[in-house]
Amino acid sequence: MLSAEEISKIDQEIALVPVRKAACIEALKIVQDHRGWISDESLQAIAKHMEMSVEELDSVATFYNLIFRKPVGRNIILLCDSISCYVMGYEKIYEHLKARLNIKFGETTPDARFTLLPNPCLGICDHAPALMVNHDLYKDLTQDKLDEILKDYK
Amino acid sequence: MTQHINPNRPSLNLKDYERVGGYQAVHKAIQSMSPEEITSLVQKSELKGRGGAGFSTGMKWSFVPMNGAAQTKYLVANADEMEPGTFKDRLLLEGNPHQLIEGMIVSAYAIQANISYIFLRWAYKKAARLIRHAIDEAYAAGYLGKNILGSGFHLEMHLHTGIGRYMCGEETALLNALEGKRATPRTKPPFPQISGLFGKPTIVNNVETLCNIPHIVNKGADWFKNLSVGADAGTKLYGVSGQVNKPGLWELPMGISMRELIEEHAGGMKKGFKFRGALPGGASTDFLVEEHLDVKMDYQSVAAAGSRLGTGTMIILDDHTCPVGFVHNLEHFFAQESCGWCTPCREGLPWTEKILLSIENGKGRTEDLELLEMHTKYLGPGNTFCALAPGAMEPLQSGLKYFRADFEKHINEKKCPWR
Repeated sequence: MLSAEEISKIDQEIALVPVRKAACIEALKIVQDHRGWISDESLQAIAKHMEMSVEELDSVATFYNLIFRKPVGRNIILLCDSISCYVMGYEKIYEHLKARLNIKFGETTPDARFTLLPNPCLGICDHAPALMVNHDLYKDLTQDKLDEILKDYK
Repeated sequence: MTQHINPNRPSLNLKDYERVGGYQAVHKAIQSMSPEEITSLVQKSELKGRGGAGFSTGMKWSFVPMNGAAQTKYLVANADEMEPGTFKDRLLLEGNPHQLIEGMIVSAYAIQANISYIFLRWAYKKAARLIRHAIDEAYAAGYLGKNILGSGFHLEMHLHTGIGRYMCGEETALLNALEGKRATPRTKPPFPQISGLFGKPTIVNNVETLCNIPHIVNKGADWFKNLSVGADAGTKLYGVSGQVNKPGLWELPMGISMRELIEEHAGGMKKGFKFRGALPGGASTDFLVEEHLDVKMDYQSVAAAGSRLGTGTMIILDDHTCPVGFVHNLEHFFAQESCGWCTPCREGLPWTEKILLSIENGKGRTEDLELLEMHTKYLGPGNTFCALAPGAMEPLQSGLKYFRADFEKHINEKKCPWR
């Protein structure tokens, strides 16, 4: 079941497009914002509201990197693993994160505080290495800086 | 384009932007020029698309049907900057969103589009906030909406933020994403200029391309052409990342040399690091090496040297970085981002990535180099549905050419000499 608030936000997006289905990516984003991820139940509810088959909506949901079809932690760390960050040593940052959080790429800490994911180029290559935590961008990373950054996310 | 951008202070609001001459091009275009005159002016300016392909912008616009009954047409700003090593549109989007909006209004008027979208990369959170605010200001000032400046021309503008996939930068895949579908490429023809978003005529232009438009309208085609010191017109946003003293981004005359860019603007290589090569314009461009340092960074000169200007943001390979690891990192990205639509790309890129990883890990065989070379042909232009796999093969084929000894050393010594 979608909440009244979710439905109202999705309907605003539907009003902007000539074909109802065209708003399905926005619908996925809206529900993920509310629930953190897209469960099978959420997927079915969205598909019904969008007048799409569940399979068709899932083909869209699983295509995009940032629609989560598995549960994620409260904070999502997206570490850039692309070329400029490779040259500038993102692997050291990754090693540090692995040791600090005791998780690898694709995993969530047992207390659900952090999920760690690799991410393609963040477009801040002159300040590599870089990562994002939720909506916040951090650049020119060092191991010390990283410890400071993580403190703020509970 | 960067005249009014200062990263140390907030971007200009509408009033301040108008005070420094902003939106003059909208007044001039809508009140004193026909749509055809603008397209022809842009064609004369020889502006080429700044997203990487370098196609003539005016010519692209000229394919949009302009006669017959009024119909829905779309203009889309491609702000899905995701080519690894590329960070140029971020500056324009965060630094002066009104300039992009102005460029879009003039461009939409030229093709008589009444609906426009900014397709923005999800990661550009600050840009999203600033663009939303700037669009609201432009509506309130009458530059967007119905009957703009009393001309009878109307234009709606929407911001669409993506959810991550390199393919969305390919223009037909971007249109599928805007339609709420998987971002796979479409068959061409029909080209989007004839049948694009929701089957209607559509122009997709890169952010930097669109930001040039107001200046061309205000100052003319000859002025624009004369800004260049190379074979192509205008200025270019050039970037350098890697082990240089001052990595960064600069708007410079089109056609400055690679050497000037690296040594003067980027401050030269860091102490203890030697230049070995560079991808001149993002991950999907061929390596250039020391013998190319005096090549002019314009579309024609870089092509003559065997690479592409691409996005104009250069990534430097230094002597502390393993070339095999460097190329493996690139192919890992391309294999991951392949949309899976066509077989050579879906199957060939992961295979390439695995071979490179085994070489990097000291498990490579001599015949692997032939296998990699085979891939550069089979995944090359003409064998795949879109440009993703051919682009992925560019750094691989030139890497094999210029750094062959390093590949062989990995295989012969059964380890990476850099680890």
